[in-house]
Amino acid sequence: MSGKTLYDKIWDSHVVHDFGEGEALVYVDRHLVHEVSTPQSFAYLDSTGLPLRRPELQLAVADHAVPTKDRDKTIKSELARNQVARLKENVAKHNVPYLALEGNGHGIVHVIGPETGFTLPGSVLVCGDSHTSTHGAFGCLAFGIGASECGAVFATQALRQTKQNTMRVTLTGGLPEGVTVKDVILALIAQIGTGGGVGYAIEFAGDTTRALSMEARMTLCNMAIEAGSRVGMVAPDETTFAYLEGRPLAPTGADWDAALSHWKNLPSDDDAIFDKEVTFDTSILEPQVSWGTTPEQTGSVTGSVPDPDAMTEPGRAERARKSLAYMGLTAGQKFADISVDRVFIGSCTNGRLEDLRSAASVLQGHRVADAVTAIAVPGSAAVRAAAEAEGLHEVFLSAGFEWREAGCSMCVGMNGDSLEPGERCASTSNRNFEGRQGIGGRTHLVSPQMAAAAAVTGRLTDVRELLK
Amino acid sequence: MNPLRTLCSTAAPVLQNAIDTDVIFPARFLLLMDRDGLGKHAFADWRGTDFPLDTAPWKGSEILVVGENFGTGSSREQAVWCLADLGIRCVIGRSFGEIFFSNCFKSGVLPIRLAEGEITQVEAVAQAGKKIEIDVATQEIRLPDGVTLSFDLDAHRKRMLLEGLDDIGLVLEDHAAEITQFEKNRPNWLNLTRDRFDALTGR
Ligand code: SF4
Repeated sequence: MSGKTLYDKIWDSHVVHDFGEGEALVYVDRHLVHEVSTPQSFAYLDSTGLPLRRPELQLAVADHAVPTKDRDKTIKSELARNQVARLKENVAKHNVPYLALEGNGHGIVHVIGPETGFTLPGSVLVCGDSHTSTHGAFGCLAFGIGASECGAVFATQALRQTKQNTMRVTLTGGLPEGVTVKDVILALIAQIGTGGGVGYAIEFAGDTTRALSMEARMTLCNMAIEAGSRVGMVAPDETTFAYLEGRPLAPTGADWDAALSHWKNLPSDDDAIFDKEVTFDTSILEPQVSWGTTPEQTGSVTGSVPDPDAMTEPGRAERARKSLAYMGLTAGQKFADISVDRVFIGSCTNGRLEDLRSAASVLQGHRVADAVTAIAVPGSAAVRAAAEAEGLHEVFLSAGFEWREAGCSMCVGMNGDSLEPGERCASTSNRNFEGRQGIGGRTHLVSPQMAAAAAVTGRLTDVRELLK
Repeated sequence: MNPLRTLCSTAAPVLQNAIDTDVIFPARFLLLMDRDGLGKHAFADWRGTDFPLDTAPWKGSEILVVGENFGTGSSREQAVWCLADLGIRCVIGRSFGEIFFSNCFKSGVLPIRLAEGEITQVEAVAQAGKKIEIDVATQEIRLPDGVTLSFDLDAHRKRMLLEGLDDIGLVLEDHAAEITQFEKNRPNWLNLTRDRFDALTGR
């Protein structure tokens, strides 16, 4: 018999009841709760009278709808204000741990989970949010669920799930200067497509992956969902353990030792067989930019907008035509000639300390171009404080960026931070869908360094020119 | 939930590939907290006289025919609720976003994946504005020209649809003791206590 993959090991140790044919009732160790995906889930408890089974295994925070400036005033939008208020009522009623907006633990669910040590290797973690795949960076089985499933977790702490196939993506060759893990995942999605991971739990492996920091691994796993995969994972190693040790909610003492010995056995066995293998050479990559309205519509910044007429698959060509019309771009246009109006640095993809450092290293000694409005939005209050402690906010502010409070902000445009129709934005977020950053808004997905470069020149720019 | 046994309806064709959840239900409406009445925001930025769901013979269709990777993107269940609110009970396509696919069943909506040769026949019928019949019990799609296509549906989900059952209620009825037993054997390092959290927030 062949060995087990990381995914198999976590799955097997969480099966409460096996229904056969890959269907099982799976125990949930951790549930992150945010204001947007749970009002209806709490309402389910209220309408059925069911109790919330394990309040202490949940962690709630408001992140999507919260303003990132003038926090001291009341939330302007009535709908947003009500949604945040509803979350507060619900968590109080059901005794769920809640990180208050006013407190120093606030932030985006996928940033605070790891930074508090709520996210642990070998656990099953869920959240009513597709980017829950982020937490897979720790070698945990983390996936996004719908509001009904959030209600199921509240009531039962378990979920009926179908076991997925496994895909190993081996990243090799390391990262060239100016190329980040964001460029890797964008280039990978351009290659395998937004449907390339559907049905698979992806495990990222290879020397490029092993050399990544926890922050970079999170960026990688965060965007697994953009390749269609609910799950993206990296096997835990010394980098993981060093990150977690001493975090406020991480195990301590004898529990830490027990956890550590469990975690060390989690990596996929040498003879484990994956349903699919992909090898991807990262040493030849250039910085990437998306040009369309799906993350797979991405190319190297040195290139130009592709010609739909030259695409062989009719579905692809048709999709590209629609995307270019929406984006206001023409085939053959050089990426470097596309000017931008806005720059957004933040989100659960690229709103961590390392991302802010990397953007600041490009901004140092430069000014944001006159025609550009740029905002930097830390992923959490703790990231913001850490960045300020090393003076990064000064770099952003003196370059002409706005330095905001933590939240999802312009990643999803629900809190008032959004693009106007026709405005073009270089964004470090994860989705360039139509209307994602505001009705008619045009998004180009890039790395934090590339976003900083675009802010400085006012157009999509190969950051390597500024790093020379 | 209303059981779903059979359907007979025109099928609205919305065939572009990779229609994402931000198109199906734009984020700005996520601030609404009621499940009812979300249908008016379905495809909000695409609605109007040239959109199939707003035009005869598809206005009021209970079936939607889509392309590849429909519902890719967000986990927002509103993407299903808004379709269900419009009266759609079945979505037929080449492939689906995974979370969208599993969310469908929670609202009694049946997503059906068909292979290339089959879906083109369904698309043709949909575009012609003719009616399609769906039979959940026999797992069949019947087209007006007499062609019958079969589709996959796992036994559990089929039962949920046919009987209009609530997943959570079933789990509590059949597996509550197993969950309690599982919790007893769970390693301690996976547990959390309220005071750890209170220490974090300085309370
Ligand atoms: S930052 Fe964006 S992708 Fe991440 S949780 Fe918030 S809205 Fe979702």
